[in-house]
Amino acid sequence: MLEVRGLTVRYGETLAVDGLDLTVGDHEVVCVLGPSGSGKTTLLRAIAGLEPIETGVVLRDGADLAGVPPHRRGLGLMFQEHALFPHRDVIGNVAFGLRMQRVARDRVERRAREVLALVGLAGFEHRSIRELSGGEQQRVALARALAPEPSLLMLDEPLSGLDRALRDDLAGELRQVFQRLGVAVLLVTHDHDEAFALGDRVAVVRAGRIEQIGTPVEMWRRPASEFVARFLGWNVTDALGARCAVRADALRLTPDGAFAGTVVERTFHRDHFLVRVALRGRDETLDVAIRDAEPPAPGDSVRLAVDADGLVPLAP
Amino acid sequence: MRRLTWALPLAFLGFFFVYPVVTIIGRGLWPGGNLDVSPVGDVLTDPGLRRILWFTIWQAAVSTVLTLVAALPAAFVMARLRFRGRTVVRALMTVPFVLPTVVVGSSFRALGFGTSITAILLAHVFFNYAVVVRAVGGLWSHLDPRQEDAARVLGATRLRAFTSITLPALRPAILAAASIVYLFSFTSFGVILILGGPSRATLETEIYRQTTQLLDLRLAAALSIMQLVAVIVLLVVTGRLQGRQAVAMTLAPAGEAARPVRERGDRVVLFAVLASAGALLGTPIAVLIVRSLDTQTGFGFGFYRALGTLRDDSVLFVAPAEAIGNSLLYATAATVIAVLVGGAAAFVVARSRHGGVLDTAVALPLGVSAVTIGFGFLIAFDPPIDLRSSWILVPIAHALVAIPFVVRIALPVIRSIDPRLREAAAVLGASPRSVWREVDLPVAARGLLVGGGFAFAISLGEFGATAFIARPDRPTLPVVVFRLLGQPGAQNFGAAMAASTILVVLTLAAVLGIERLRAGELGTF
Repeated sequence: MLEVRGLTVRYGETLAVDGLDLTVGDHEVVCVLGPSGSGKTTLLRAIAGLEPIETGVVLRDGADLAGVPPHRRGLGLMFQEHALFPHRDVIGNVAFGLRMQRVARDRVERRAREVLALVGLAGFEHRSIRELSGGEQQRVALARALAPEPSLLMLDEPLSGLDRALRDDLAGELRQVFQRLGVAVLLVTHDHDEAFALGDRVAVVRAGRIEQIGTPVEMWRRPASEFVARFLGWNVTDALGARCAVRADALRLTPDGAFAGTVVERTFHRDHFLVRVALRGRDETLDVAIRDAEPPAPGDSVRLAVDADGLVPLAP
Repeated sequence: MRRLTWALPLAFLGFFFVYPVVTIIGRGLWPGGNLDVSPVGDVLTDPGLRRILWFTIWQAAVSTVLTLVAALPAAFVMARLRFRGRTVVRALMTVPFVLPTVVVGSSFRALGFGTSITAILLAHVFFNYAVVVRAVGGLWSHLDPRQEDAARVLGATRLRAFTSITLPALRPAILAAASIVYLFSFTSFGVILILGGPSRATLETEIYRQTTQLLDLRLAAALSIMQLVAVIVLLVVTGRLQGRQAVAMTLAPAGEAARPVRERGDRVVLFAVLASAGALLGTPIAVLIVRSLDTQTGFGFGFYRALGTLRDDSVLFVAPAEAIGNSLLYATAATVIAVLVGGAAAFVVARSRHGGVLDTAVALPLGVSAVTIGFGFLIAFDPPIDLRSSWILVPIAHALVAIPFVVRIALPVIRSIDPRLREAAAVLGASPRSVWREVDLPVAARGLLVGGGFAFAISLGEFGATAFIARPDRPTLPVVVFRLLGQPGAQNFGAAMAASTILVVLTLAAVLGIERLRAGELGTF
């Protein structure tokens, strides 16, 4: 189990991580979700011992890691853009951590091949890193981090920089690997699809602090603040009397809807349209998700109704 | 580890560079423990010495102008025109720069120039051609040709577009190249010694003459101080000029700026450059090789065979062929020293906040000339610190000259090591020492290997320092060439040609090895 209490990391004047508390239980996958510059990477680096901590503690199974250098922490970190060793082949990368533990040579070899097979790269042992595609490099990086069986696996934006179809495939593979190994995982990302797909719990961070933490379902049902709501793509509106968050698919176009407005923009999103409606008499717009085959076009007048289960009042 | 990487280059420079230089200054200005500037005054007032100083200055200036005139068109061709065999031509143009100075000297003697000012100037152009092509052509190939196109579209003539757009952009590179050529010509030693004859001396050759023939160490020290001051003034002035010239430019990736040869004008320039480069750079080497084979009894390897024996009337103490072994041994030792010290220095420069200081410090021996190093060794490592009987002194002097090159070559490679690779290794359980062994060293190795190749080539051809400190019974190849050229007779001349040709072959082998390594992997990380 990993516990972070009151962690603060300072870069000059700014606090990259600001008094952050977080726990990752054994076998638990926690996703830290936040926009770029919110301190996600710094959090991982601080836990790994690569970044000096101003205040706070990092505990692994109750033991304080202060003063323990990175190479003795027994944690795994998969870097953004992978940081694979260019002068070693695939198996040379995967075996590296085991060699550093002075594992016997034949066991190193066996274990490295085993992990490569786990990530679907059996037969790639002696390929050069430079010949690999982005997705293959990502798998090698995962195998390299997993091979020494770290007590906690940390992943920094593991799927960024890959094209969409590949991301979806690899996200599925990651989930399977996490389940099969039962390893504790701390993953940071700016992509909420990724966080919600992979995390047992999701923590939304903003400026080095956790805004909200909970299971994906809790989070999706009740965003705790305007920031979280907006970040998850909810509408935030005052049209209902008080400040509320409204999910785009909780708004319906219906002739007897309570709100009148005009369509100003229509965009296509894979399995639905998103229609932006300017409310009549108010200086605000609402995004409406529509799955009909015949969505309204810009300029059309529409009326909107709200489903109560997609409506969350926000604290003023 | 960190402390050792600082300590090694500093200790090496301190003992083998600062100490000898301080000894020179002491010998020149504090003879017998009292400050006495009269020898330096003598240099400035003695008409003979003033003539030497003046000759040193003007021959370097003329050499620089001639080199620019000859090489700037070649820089244009290499940067802007795409033609078949371009890479081969580029490699061939670089060859003269790595050739030993005594080989350059003996090649121009082979051409039949005898000792003359023309021969000196031509040899300097021959030697420095590549400096201008590389420095100016390098920048030129990164200049966006569309800027000139834009000027043309806006109504500028071709000439106007060149003088108002391209030339100002090239100025920093031209200035840098010119100052390097001037410095090299100013401190030229082997070429002047071989092609100048007794009547033409520069500061460098005069230091040598005063030391070895007239045994006036005090005057030699005074001349060395003059030389030091002149070089420092030169470096400061050119540094200032370049600092003022530096402008931010938008640079295009190299190669995109080159265009295929289509227009008539391009064809004429290309032909003129290739023909003149061939004549200027190719002829001396070709004639050298021919004359090494042209014995009194027809073509053959007679002169090469003669290198194996020590003739009774020889000025040498050993058979010339032994010098090949000496040269290879010294070059190997110099390479090891230069890679160790230069590699450590490169890591410090790349990683340490105050590393820039060391970068400048290791470049100093190159700037103050090999002759100063040789002369400094000669007077500093006399008893009580007696190292003169040890053969290791020669490779150490060579290493001093080679270290700046090793640092320059290794530095970009070390800087290219992504810090996250080191962090990734640490998180995977590698201790700082293991990170160094597993990440830094393997990645830097190729840069150090290439630097080592250069160190080897430099050591093979080094003459300025070697002339002072090589023991008569352990000469290097350049020393043998020089001694043989100084003797009359066709046999000696032929042997000098043969020994020079062997030097050319050894040097080219080292350089080709480097090119292969470079072409392979370097810079692809």
